[in-house]
Amino acid sequence: MQTTRDFSHYVKDLGAGLNHIDLAVEGVSCAGCMSKIERGLSALPDVTMARVNLTDRRVALEWKQGMLDPARFIDRLAELGYKAYPFETESAEAREAEQSRFLLRCLGVAAFATMNVMMLSIPVWSGNGSDMLPEQRDFFHWLSALVALPAAAYAGQPFFRSALRALSTRNVNMDVPISIGVTLALGMSVVETINHAEHAYFDAAIMLLTFLLVGRVLDQNMRRRTRAVAGNLAALKAETATKFVGPDEVSQVPVAAIHAGDIVLLRPGERCAVDGTVIEGRSEIDQSLITGETLYVPAEQGTPVYAGSLNISGTLRVKVSAASEGTLLSEISRLLDNALQARSRYMRLADRASRLYAPVVHATALLTVIGWVLMGASWHDAIVTGVAVLIITCPCALGLAIPTVQTVASGAMFSSGVLLNAGDAIERLAEADRIIFDKTGTLTLPELEVVNAAEIPAEIFALAGRLALSSHHPLAAAVAESARAKSPLLGAIEEPGQGVRARLGDVELRLGRPSFCGAEQLAMPTANLDPEASVVAFSRGDDKYLFSVRQALRPDAEAIMAALKDRGIAVEILSGDREPAVAAAARALGVAEWRAGVTPAEKIARIEELKHRGDKVMMVGDGMNDAPSLAAAHVSMSPISAAHLSQATADLVFLGRPLAPVLAAIDYARKALQLMRQNLWLAVGYNVLAVPLAISGMVTPLIAAAAMSGSSILVMVNALRARSVAVRRS
Amino acid sequence: MEVLVILVPLALGLGLAGLLAFLWSLKNGQYEDLDGAAWRAISDDD
Repeated sequence: MQTTRDFSHYVKDLGAGLNHIDLAVEGVSCAGCMSKIERGLSALPDVTMARVNLTDRRVALEWKQGMLDPARFIDRLAELGYKAYPFETESAEAREAEQSRFLLRCLGVAAFATMNVMMLSIPVWSGNGSDMLPEQRDFFHWLSALVALPAAAYAGQPFFRSALRALSTRNVNMDVPISIGVTLALGMSVVETINHAEHAYFDAAIMLLTFLLVGRVLDQNMRRRTRAVAGNLAALKAETATKFVGPDEVSQVPVAAIHAGDIVLLRPGERCAVDGTVIEGRSEIDQSLITGETLYVPAEQGTPVYAGSLNISGTLRVKVSAASEGTLLSEISRLLDNALQARSRYMRLADRASRLYAPVVHATALLTVIGWVLMGASWHDAIVTGVAVLIITCPCALGLAIPTVQTVASGAMFSSGVLLNAGDAIERLAEADRIIFDKTGTLTLPELEVVNAAEIPAEIFALAGRLALSSHHPLAAAVAESARAKSPLLGAIEEPGQGVRARLGDVELRLGRPSFCGAEQLAMPTANLDPEASVVAFSRGDDKYLFSVRQALRPDAEAIMAALKDRGIAVEILSGDREPAVAAAARALGVAEWRAGVTPAEKIARIEELKHRGDKVMMVGDGMNDAPSLAAAHVSMSPISAAHLSQATADLVFLGRPLAPVLAAIDYARKALQLMRQNLWLAVGYNVLAVPLAISGMVTPLIAAAAMSGSSILVMVNALRARSVAVRRS
Repeated sequence: MEVLVILVPLALGLGLAGLLAFLWSLKNGQYEDLDGAAWRAISDDD
């Protein structure tokens, strides 16, 4: 059966005979790559535009409809040395991008207004001390109002909206005092201008918005970038399914284009990309990504298969199901729903700070007004002083204290291979004092490996690897991969379910089940020694060798466990796998607390028990069976190879083979939390100095402007230190 | 001081022109790829 690749799902029709496609590209990191790709793609006939986006690692292409097949672009990029795959912008990502543009527009407006109002304010400040006429001062104040009022109305939207949202749910967030402060400052300034007063605070109000918007834009850019990278990684997994488009005709289509009721072909060695039921064929499947169980499960007509299952031996036809009908999945989704609902509304540090801050500040302002009235000041003077208190305490530094640290810390995490799904994950991660690891795919690598390679003569290993290239069986693939075999042996014959054989000169080579190679006796002790491993036998004539194939532990797992303990974090393993397999891993890693054969419900029960005890539990897992416990834990993390559901549920995702990013993320998070607290205290300290001035009525617009920008810059500079953490790299 | 009648609107007008230019460039997608833009400036392709 000849298969074709069909990317029409991703092609957009721009009209006027032009088509458009977006590709995610791996490994674009420099200017050289950029021009190489653009030139390489533009050289194809009919291509009208090829433009690389270096920030998002993507290529946008436009071409004349007709001759050119989009698969050609992928091939062309492969020739140039880049792996690429088309992708569809997710609605979440599009929303982030739109929000990012909106915040930039607000920042532009606010910055323009700040600069121009400042230009109008400085003459007033210097003129007040010399010979400025009251009419001139009023003129400048009115001009300031003309610029500042519409600008604040536009640029303040992000804060006003969020404050209203919080108030409507009877909550207080940082945007409430911001909105009140800005509105009162502007209102009072207008009244003062009408009364020909000496001071107006238009500049302070709009400058406050500018500084805060800088924080928001940084925060948004961090989120947008994370989303873009996550989108690329998802696209580059290039998940396709072989779909039947006719009775005997198949086509390779992206998973996004598969619908319920379609019938897909699952060959040996392929990972299933959809949920469905087997309608024809007989095989064994590896469901370790779903259940954590490393033993293969038989599959025949009627067996449900889930996305992420690996087909081992026979070819299957699978009918794609609409919803998750299997008992296992519905059980998991029920647990997941419960866990998400119960996920206690975590109070972020910023919210906790503003919950304390808003009442204190507003009470201080009110007391100031009452105090001045009692001391015989006019209502007008008392209110002006009260508003000055609100302006000077307006949480400029407080509003920047946390987002700036988050931005810097997430940037640092990003470069050590950790992506953040949730902004407040940093705070929760810093608090974690107990880590629960899943075993399969988390502590171990998701791919199979030959673990006893050192015991086998290099020449034999290389030969076995070349023979293994002729089989699709995942165990054979692992042998070929470990041997780094490149050239298959000629005339190799695969006997399904048994192994492969070939002749080299006058000796017969066999690779496969021990019985296929006549090595059953030899295999017994090896199999008993390491119950987790699958044994693959290789024979050359009468010489017989055994390969022990299994998921190896991540290379640095043991060192990381020790480092975690050094940091006072308790480590525990909860796995759905069999006891001997888990015990072996726990022994190798020096982890004393472990449980095997744990169901998803039992994992949650264990987490609840620990939570009850007051532990802050971090869950690290990859399987679909881990998703509910990922949601139930205080903070959670998944490897990039995890099941979709788990990855979407986890707060953080880490890339690559080593486990080091887990440790790095914890180090960065702890440092970041420390800096966030420091920044909050800096902001408090500034208020302690400035508020008495404001209460005593000595604050002028000049002092307000200097204090506000000074404290904001201090907080931003302090946030930069979040980058400097001594991280162990392996 | 009559000169202010000309200078102040002029200053505000220039500022506004800057703002409009920024909004146009934002809409035009010029902030979509800041890393790439930095390199394109020194590439000698076109």
